[in-house]
Amino acid sequence: MSTSLITLGTADWLALLTHFLSLSLLAVGGAITTVPDMHRTLVNQHHWLSDGQFNASIAIAQAAPGPNVLFVALMGWHVGLNAGGGLGAGWVGWGSALLGVLLSMLGILLPSTTLTFAVSRWAHQNRELRAVRAFKQGMVPVVLALLLATGWILTAAHGADLAHWPLWLLTACVAVLVWRTKLHLLWLLGAGALVGALGWV
Amino acid sequence: MASPFPDSPATCDATSPTPHPRPHSLTELFWAFTALALQGFGGVVAIAQRELVDKKRWLTQAEFVEDWAVAQVLPGPNVVNLSLMIGDRYFGVRGGMVALAGMLSFPLVIVLVLAALFAGVSDSAMVQGALRGMGAVAAGMIAATGLKLFAALKQNVLGALVCYALAAMTFVAIALLKLPLISVLLGLGGIGALWAYRQLGRLEKAPA
Repeated sequence: MSTSLITLGTADWLALLTHFLSLSLLAVGGAITTVPDMHRTLVNQHHWLSDGQFNASIAIAQAAPGPNVLFVALMGWHVGLNAGGGLGAGWVGWGSALLGVLLSMLGILLPSTTLTFAVSRWAHQNRELRAVRAFKQGMVPVVLALLLATGWILTAAHGADLAHWPLWLLTACVAVLVWRTKLHLLWLLGAGALVGALGWV
Repeated sequence: MASPFPDSPATCDATSPTPHPRPHSLTELFWAFTALALQGFGGVVAIAQRELVDKKRWLTQAEFVEDWAVAQVLPGPNVVNLSLMIGDRYFGVRGGMVALAGMLSFPLVIVLVLAALFAGVSDSAMVQGALRGMGAVAAGMIAATGLKLFAALKQNVLGALVCYALAAMTFVAIALLKLPLISVLLGLGGIGALWAYRQLGRLEKAPA
């Protein structure tokens, strides 16, 4: 996944920030539910990062400990790398990559964090209110289906044609194992890395 | 309020009606959330429950579930919202910020180091393959989280038929038609919320 060079002006950095700002309040069910929109904007529309970098961001954040929202920081990191010429470019590369991290995390967290502070106290007081309960329950099926759609899109990013059937099989097997067993997720990630490194998927 | 012996819960709670342990300082809050974030591979919520409820007993099981419901409904990462709410309760906005910093600081450094290491070897076919395999596994994990939570739809006031219809339409709209998220959330989510509002109204009117 060599760095693909792009040029970002001030307006583009602002657009990166506002993209994540605009998704923050839509991320009901976690930032991962906005992955389809991130892919549409960052990869398909602006070409700020490649499909490979996009998926690596999610895979690395999943493999590492901590909240999965850090995949957003890695997307910013990769956009910054592409804009600054990579870590080989010295301070410019590092600065650009860290700016990407800062703007993307600020964007994805600032609106939702502010809202959480404002609403959580109020919701705690009014948890029996009909409108509060209706909002919670009405959103549930949509949010759950979004998780399934995210799994689908991440797999399809590698190719939806028949030639990629081993990848789809791997995803489906993992989905069933995680759904039905308490197998530790690290074993599954390790197994995925192994079959991938051996070139089986 | 402040006990002269903050580390001896048996004595410091003797005068209070509910012996409810709580974090005594922002530093303790920070390290508590750092510790649970660093244990959380592929999902922090299970660790958060074990640490905050079972071990530290800052929250009862009922309080945790209630907070989790709100954290889930609000936009933003669930565990991030949860850490904000808990920190806020003990130390106000400062507490929320400190809990959030605990949740993100060390894990952020770890993912950046992993990404930097990865960049050095990224052109190797084996690394490319490993990442592709891990990506497929991650995709399966995310889908499985959705599948697991489908069990919760049984108690949903919408009823099974409406739930599955909304879920199916959402999947088609996002995964196959690739519609923008906002229109799907406002459209299908709005229909769901309005329908739930109507159903709840009926339940309230109907005699138990």
